[in-house]
Amino acid sequence: MGRSVLHDVIITLVVSALLIWLLPLMISTYTLTVLVIYGMLGLSLGLVWGFGGILCFGQAAFFGLGAYTYAIAAINIGESTLPMILAVLVPAVFAALLGAMMFYGRLADVYLGVITLVVTLILFKFVNSTAGPQYVIGNARLGGFNGIPGFQTLNVPGDPAAYIWGDPYFYVCAVALVIVFLLVTWLLRSSFGRIAVGIRENEVRMGLMGYDVATRKTVLFAIGAAIAGLAGALFANWGEIVTPNLFSLGQSAEIIIWCIVGGLGTRFGPIVGAAGLAYLKFMLGQQSMIDNTLVLGLILVLFVLFLPRGLVPAVASLLNSIFGGTKRKPKPRRMRRARHG
Amino acid sequence: MDLSFVILVEVLYGVASLVLISAGLAVVFGMMKVINLAHGEFMMMGGYATITAVGLGVNVFVAMLVIAPLVVGLIGLIVERLVIRHLYGRLVDTMLATWGLSLVFIGLATMIFGNTTTGISTPIPGFAFGGYQVNGYNFFIIIVSIVLVIAMYAVLRGTRAGLIARGTMQRSDMAAALGYSPDRIYMMTFFCGSALSGLAGAVLAPLVGLVPTSGGAYIAKAFITVIAGGPSLIAGLVSSATSFGLVSQFFTFAISPVIGEVALLIAAVVLLRTMPQGITGRFFKGKL
Amino acid sequence: MSMNRRELLGGAAALSTAAMLPQAAMAADTIQLGSILDTSGIFDAYGKPMDQAMRLAVKEINDAGGLLGKQVEVAAYDTQSDMALYSQYAQQLTRQDKVDVVHGGILSASREAIRQTMRKTKTLYFYNVQYEGGVCDRNIFVTGVTPAQQVEVLVPYAMKKSGPKVHILAADYNYGQITARWIQKFVEENGGEVVATDFFPLDVADFGSTITKIQQTAPDLVFAPLVGGAHLSFFRQWSAAGMKDKIPLASTTMGVGNEHKVLTPEEGNGIMVAYNYSQELDTPANIAFKAKWQAEYGDTTAIHELAVSTYQGIMLWAAGVRKAGSIERDAVVDALETGISIEGPAGKVTIDPQTHHATVDVHIMEFEGQGMTVIETLPQRAPIDTQAVCDLQANPGDNTQYEIEI
Repeated sequence: MGRSVLHDVIITLVVSALLIWLLPLMISTYTLTVLVIYGMLGLSLGLVWGFGGILCFGQAAFFGLGAYTYAIAAINIGESTLPMILAVLVPAVFAALLGAMMFYGRLADVYLGVITLVVTLILFKFVNSTAGPQYVIGNARLGGFNGIPGFQTLNVPGDPAAYIWGDPYFYVCAVALVIVFLLVTWLLRSSFGRIAVGIRENEVRMGLMGYDVATRKTVLFAIGAAIAGLAGALFANWGEIVTPNLFSLGQSAEIIIWCIVGGLGTRFGPIVGAAGLAYLKFMLGQQSMIDNTLVLGLILVLFVLFLPRGLVPAVASLLNSIFGGTKRKPKPRRMRRARHG
Repeated sequence: MDLSFVILVEVLYGVASLVLISAGLAVVFGMMKVINLAHGEFMMMGGYATITAVGLGVNVFVAMLVIAPLVVGLIGLIVERLVIRHLYGRLVDTMLATWGLSLVFIGLATMIFGNTTTGISTPIPGFAFGGYQVNGYNFFIIIVSIVLVIAMYAVLRGTRAGLIARGTMQRSDMAAALGYSPDRIYMMTFFCGSALSGLAGAVLAPLVGLVPTSGGAYIAKAFITVIAGGPSLIAGLVSSATSFGLVSQFFTFAISPVIGEVALLIAAVVLLRTMPQGITGRFFKGKL
Repeated sequence: MSMNRRELLGGAAALSTAAMLPQAAMAADTIQLGSILDTSGIFDAYGKPMDQAMRLAVKEINDAGGLLGKQVEVAAYDTQSDMALYSQYAQQLTRQDKVDVVHGGILSASREAIRQTMRKTKTLYFYNVQYEGGVCDRNIFVTGVTPAQQVEVLVPYAMKKSGPKVHILAADYNYGQITARWIQKFVEENGGEVVATDFFPLDVADFGSTITKIQQTAPDLVFAPLVGGAHLSFFRQWSAAGMKDKIPLASTTMGVGNEHKVLTPEEGNGIMVAYNYSQELDTPANIAFKAKWQAEYGDTTAIHELAVSTYQGIMLWAAGVRKAGSIERDAVVDALETGISIEGPAGKVTIDPQTHHATVDVHIMEFEGQGMTVIETLPQRAPIDTQAVCDLQANPGDNTQYEIEI
């Protein structure tokens, strides 16, 4: 066990170092930065959904909450360290409260999806209707539909004048993603993670074995939200503006799609799905022959029909079949069907 | 007195329109466990079908009540054969596929109709009640949704086709063993669900500014209404549409339309928290 | 264009090098014009005709021999109504394509998302859209109308036709909030009274309760700066309730994206608006413009206010470049600041040196048979709202969007 952990960590570090070195040669770092941020956002849902079995329609709420918390705190404080911390904490606390409300109420499946969806919509509608001058937090106008531009962006801790932007900012984000990825790996290998997977597979059995299912789900949900919040804060720094669109239903759906396309139940899949689809969108915008909405839609449909398990598991099993059965076979991870009636 | 009548009409209209926009989704989700995220786009296409038909000289009521449901039903049928059929039992995959489809439909509608398609005026004039003008078309919507609910109940309860459909949804293996092809029944159900979505879009078309992206406005509301309704198809639909419609219209009139919408959402949270299996998971158990 | 097509088809790996080389080679003998617009997604009703207008303007410039003897080449990106893509393409345009000017942005949020990038990279930026006013930045030129320009002329006209009691229904965002305040100010100046003001987020589509409420306040006039597809429902439900012939409507936004073509004539007729452009404008410049559009795209129905603004913005930029004899940013800004003007399809457009906004002709119009019939033309209205807060001559380093106190 100890050796295999080390093995995993080393492989992760080597691969990510290679990627961080090679990718900027092909894609501009500015675009890469947002791909990395989306990757982190994908990972956050990949964790709670793929490993915890919690289908969250509202991951965008935590993303947006992180971004807005950062923007508002940065305007009021003027130095980026504390706002970054707050941007992780506020979504986590919010998720813990929401999660506690849902999981202690034994909400599951689609019902859980609807609650998270509804909470996202409430946040979206609220932020969207704050255009008036009466909506102020400290010095920060919430700005409604137009969002908040012009806040202090990331600086070297303690020195507000030393901005981190451009290439260095990409490296900051990339390293942050690697750290988060390693933390997620560690979490999943810990007993907490194993029990979480157990709860995903059979909640009743785990409950009967004496595990406190509701608390564990709440904690996992909050961890996912914290990661999404961090991604949100990084996104705010990258775009230098936050708008209510971050909370939108479309954004939430996109995160879900990233996870399915990349491969649910893997750590790497959601990251690949997020970065890949976001880059695809970026590429599509450079042509004007066909309507881009149409192209994106077609790709999604074809994907579901022909590659239903997602990219990463498909590639993994392909490699497996080529290089023989020495590696352990990826477990088929199918979501349980919603049970009704 | 005049005012309370006007408000009563508006409240009834609020409930009726919720029933209308959720019915198609309720059939598809309630009976097949398929979440059709392209539901809003089906409605959008119903609207365009109506406008096109009226433009070709068809009577507006025929266009709304016959042509639009048929056209959208057929589109649904094609979608079911090409895509959905491969995905039964895979809730999440159908979501992704239908989300993709919704984008495809938006793209297609933009290419075919552009962004400024002239709508159709309401075929029923407004009238004065006391000191107030009332939208006469609201009554039409209320009547359509009442008829719709009764018809759905009659079909499911009273006809052999309804019985077979219900049986298949509960135990498709048993239905197959008795000689009914689940494949064909799913197909017909999806056709009906799509046709209902098309009908809703068509009936609402004279009241909204129809653009290819209009569908997005409905999907969340319909989804919430259907899920909060719970396992019983018709009782769930009617009870949740009534509660949400009442709550949202009350706050709309008391404060503002925005607060009305937020109240609806908060009501959904409270409702699902207290009744985790939806309204009919607790009340009206075993009803249709 | 052809290059973009190749970029898409080429593999991702080969892409960046393949794309960069020819551009670097061509940079010397062509002028690069960058364009960022939503030509798909929920804002494409605005963006598509703007894109067409941009290409038409560039084609016209090139057919006439280009600028400074060079051809103008377009690098256009579709932001797909996604705010994050604005930032990405702005970086792409300024750092990789290294364009000489950027035209684009539709929503105010999208403008704010890219404005600082343009400023930092010293790329001249044109925002060709009607907006709430108040942007004060030497690097940007704004050719759309601002609320005060419209409201100042529309309020007296509409009140004269109806009466002094006004009910305002505005879109709940920056533009609507500011416009509502201007309406209130001009209503009061003209001896009227605002009986109520309601704000609606952009996704509200059900106005039944609002229509009831309006009947309770019983105004003489409803002023409705509502925006987008959902808000169109108001005008349809208003007519369905039979209110249309009882209380007249006026708007500063209805029709900007050709929304009046979605309404049937019975629903739209009589709504009062004030814009810089109308397709029904009977001037030689507009007739010629429509003929050119017809020749290029075969159908003129798509032309709207924002498309014409875009066309005029590019023509103003071209005039600036010609006058400066250079495509250097500072030289072009100086040339534009001389108060340069062009004759556009909508009349004379002059750059106001103090604010970098445009002084334009404003036409009071009424909807009639899905067109906008011009009632009265008020020539050369200055952007008085932005002028109240912004003076780039006195303070060229300014870089804020002011909220104009009224």
